[in-house]
Amino acid sequence: MSKQIKVALIGNPNTGKTSIFNSLTGLNQKIANYPGVTVDKKEGICKLDRGVKAHIYDLPGTYSLNASSMDENIVVELLLNKNNKDFPDLAIIVSDVENLKRNLVLFTQVKDLKIPTILAVNMSDRMKYKGIELDIPILEKSLDTKIILTTNRSSDWIDKLKNIISNYSELSSTNFMNLDIIDSNYFQNLQKTFPNQELYKLWVVICQDANFTNIDKKFLESKNFETKTLSELKRLQQKETIKRYQLINNILRTGQKIDQSKAIGFGASLDKLLTHKVFGYFIFFLILLGIFQVIYEWATVPMDFIDASFAQMAEWVKINLPNGAMTNLLADGIITGIGGIVIFIPQIAFLFMFISILEESGYMSRVVFLMDKIMQKFGLSGKSVVPLISGVACAIPAIMATRNIESWKERLITILVTPFMTCAARLPVYLIIVALVIPDEKIFGFNYQAIALMSLYIIGFLAAVGSAYILNSVLNIRSRSVLVMEMPNYKIPLIKDVLYTIVEKTKTFIVEAGKIILAISVILWFLATNGIGDRFDNPQDYVTQDIELISENDLQSEIASIKLENSFIGNIGKTIEPIFKPLGYDWKIGIGLITSFAAREVFVGTLAVIYNVESYNDSEEKRLELKKIMLRETDANGNKIFTLASGISLLLFYAFAMQCMSTLAIVKTETNSWKWPALQFIIMTLIAYIVSLIAYQILS
Amino acid sequence: MQTVADLKKGDKAIIKDVSDSSIPIKLLEMGCLPGNEIEIIQLAPFLGPMYININGSHLAIRKETAKLILIEIPKL
Repeated sequence: MSKQIKVALIGNPNTGKTSIFNSLTGLNQKIANYPGVTVDKKEGICKLDRGVKAHIYDLPGTYSLNASSMDENIVVELLLNKNNKDFPDLAIIVSDVENLKRNLVLFTQVKDLKIPTILAVNMSDRMKYKGIELDIPILEKSLDTKIILTTNRSSDWIDKLKNIISNYSELSSTNFMNLDIIDSNYFQNLQKTFPNQELYKLWVVICQDANFTNIDKKFLESKNFETKTLSELKRLQQKETIKRYQLINNILRTGQKIDQSKAIGFGASLDKLLTHKVFGYFIFFLILLGIFQVIYEWATVPMDFIDASFAQMAEWVKINLPNGAMTNLLADGIITGIGGIVIFIPQIAFLFMFISILEESGYMSRVVFLMDKIMQKFGLSGKSVVPLISGVACAIPAIMATRNIESWKERLITILVTPFMTCAARLPVYLIIVALVIPDEKIFGFNYQAIALMSLYIIGFLAAVGSAYILNSVLNIRSRSVLVMEMPNYKIPLIKDVLYTIVEKTKTFIVEAGKIILAISVILWFLATNGIGDRFDNPQDYVTQDIELISENDLQSEIASIKLENSFIGNIGKTIEPIFKPLGYDWKIGIGLITSFAAREVFVGTLAVIYNVESYNDSEEKRLELKKIMLRETDANGNKIFTLASGISLLLFYAFAMQCMSTLAIVKTETNSWKWPALQFIIMTLIAYIVSLIAYQILS
Repeated sequence: MQTVADLKKGDKAIIKDVSDSSIPIKLLEMGCLPGNEIEIIQLAPFLGPMYININGSHLAIRKETAKLILIEIPKL
C-alpha cells in the first residue's frame, strides 16, 4: 500500500482557497458529508512523487478557531479531534497577500495546535499593484514555517508546494505563542489540572460557543478546575487576540513593506455606486431581473431537449424490450423518474453559475449589506436574501445556500419560508390552470392572465416574508443575531472555479434529491399500474361508448382511463375525494394533487393520463388538446369541474402547499431532524387547504 | 464617550475600547482592536449596517454592535 498524506486547506473566506484546491487536485474531487453535520467538506487527491498520494481536504472558510457559524464549526471539530480518521498530517493556511496581518491570526492559532503548517500567500501577483514587498526568508524564520507564494495567473508554484507536502515531516510543529503571556496563573493552573492535554487545545475547547459545537466540554467539570465566568473568559480571549496581533505586527514590521503610494484600486469608486442608498438598490433589482430572464429563457432550450430525450428513451425501451412488468417499470417508472430529476439540471446549473459569479466577485456581500435592515424586520438576516432569490428557481439549492447564516434562528426561519417562493416546478401547473379559468381579455391594457400569474409570484413572496414574521415571534429559540461580515475586494471570477462550483453543486443535487424522487416515482408507477378487481383486469368490458363508432386510438385511451380509475391510485383518489370536495376538486384532481406531493410538476402529466390524452407532451398543440378536454370535464350532475372558483382554489393550493419530497429531504439534512420538515409539511399544507377552501366557498 | 455608531460617512476615528463582552470575538480577530484607525465607508439606509474599514479590513457591522465600540476622534 502506498503512503498517504492528509492535508487540510484552511483559510479566511475570499482568499482563493478553492482555487488552490482545484489546482492541486484537478477533477479528482469527491464530496463527502461529515456524519451528523450538514456542511460539505470537499476532498480531492493530489499525486506526489514516488507514488505518494495526498488527500486534500478543502474546509469551509473561517476567520478563527472560534466558530460562529455552521460551516466554521467544521474546521474546529476536525482540528481538535486527533482520533478523526481525517485528522490532517499537516495544514496549509491560505492567506490573501493584501490582508496578511489578519490572515496570520488564523495561522498562529492553527500552529498553536502543534499541527505542522505551511503558509500559502495567495494572489501574490497583486503585490506589485498594491506596493507590497515581502521578505520571505525573514518571515519563514520568525513564523517558523515554510512560505509559498501562490497565484491564479501561473502554475509554477504547484510543484514547489507538492514538494513541501511530500517532505512535511521536516516542517516545524512548535507552537507560536506561549499562553502564559495572557494570564500565567490561569493557564498554568489549567495545564496542571490536565497534564496530558495540549494547553491551547484545552483553551479552544473552553472558548467554543455551545450553539455550534458538539465538542464535549464535560471533562472540564469532572476535575475540580476553577472555571471562569463568561465575561472573564471573553476578557481573556480579547487579551489573547491583542497579544496575537502584537506578535504578528512585530514580525511584519521587519518582513513586510507596504508602499501605500504605489497602491492602485478601483474598488472604492465601485463601492460608492453599488452600495449607494438609491442606485445600489436599483442596480440590484436590474441584476435580479436579468438573472430570472436568463434562467427562464436560456434554460428552456436544454430542458425541452432533456424532456424529449427521456420520452424517446422510455419509448425505445418499450418498443425494444420484451413486454412485461419489468419493462414498464423501467420505462414509466425509472426512466421517467430520472427524467424528472435531470430536467432541472439546466436551471440549477444556470442558477449556481450566477450565484457563484455574484459571490466570487464580492458583490453578494454588498447585497447583504443593503438588505440586512429590511430583512431583520421579518426575523431574517441580510444573508437570507440569497436563498430567497434562489427559491424562485428551486428551493433545494436555495436551502443549501443558508449555511453561512450565523444565527440558527434566522437560518431556520429562512429554511422554513423559502419553499413559499414560486419555484419553477409550479409554473407548468399555473400556466395550464390560468389558461383554463382566467379569461384572455384585457383591462386597461393589461392581460388578465398575466396579472393572475404575476399575482401568484407576489403571493408566494408575501407568504414567505409574512410567515417569517410570524415564525420570528412564535419560535422560542435563543440565538444571538449578529452580523460581522467581510466586504471582500472586487474580483473577476475565474471561469474554472465557477465551472467547478456548477459541477459540484449540481452533482450533489442530483444524487441526494434524485434518490428520493426515484423512489417515489417507482411507488407511484406501481400504484397507478396495479389494481385488483374485474374492472382493472378487464377494462375493455366496461367501455361505455359504442365501440363501433369510436376510433382505435380513442378506444385505447378509454381503456387506459378505466384501468387507471380502478388502479390502487384510482381507489385512493376515490377514497380521499370527500377531503377535496369542499375545495371544488373531483377525484381526478385529487389524484393529481397526491402525485404532486412527490413533485409539483407531476400534476399536469397525471391529469393528462387521467383525461385520456395518450401521452402528455409539452408542445402547444397537445396542451390545447388537454385544455379542451379539461374544459369539457363535468361532474355527475353535468356541472363543469374547472370553473373560476375551483381554478383559483387550485392555484392557491399550489401556491401554499409543501408539495416537493426533495425539498423536505434537503430540509431534513440541513436541520438534522425530521421535526422541521414534518412541521413545514403539515403547516404549509394546512394553510393551502384553508385558503383554498375559503376561496372556493366564497367564489362558488 | 463616543462610539462608532455616532460616526458619519467619511469620518475617521481611533478605536479606544472594545472590552464590552457582547462584542463578538470574531470582530476583534478581524482587526477591531484599540489603537487602530476606523473609517466609515458607507451607511446603509434606515439605520442599517455600517460599512467600515479598520486597518485595511473592510467589514459590515450592525448599529447595535457599533454602539459598543468606543472611539476617540483625533484632534486636527
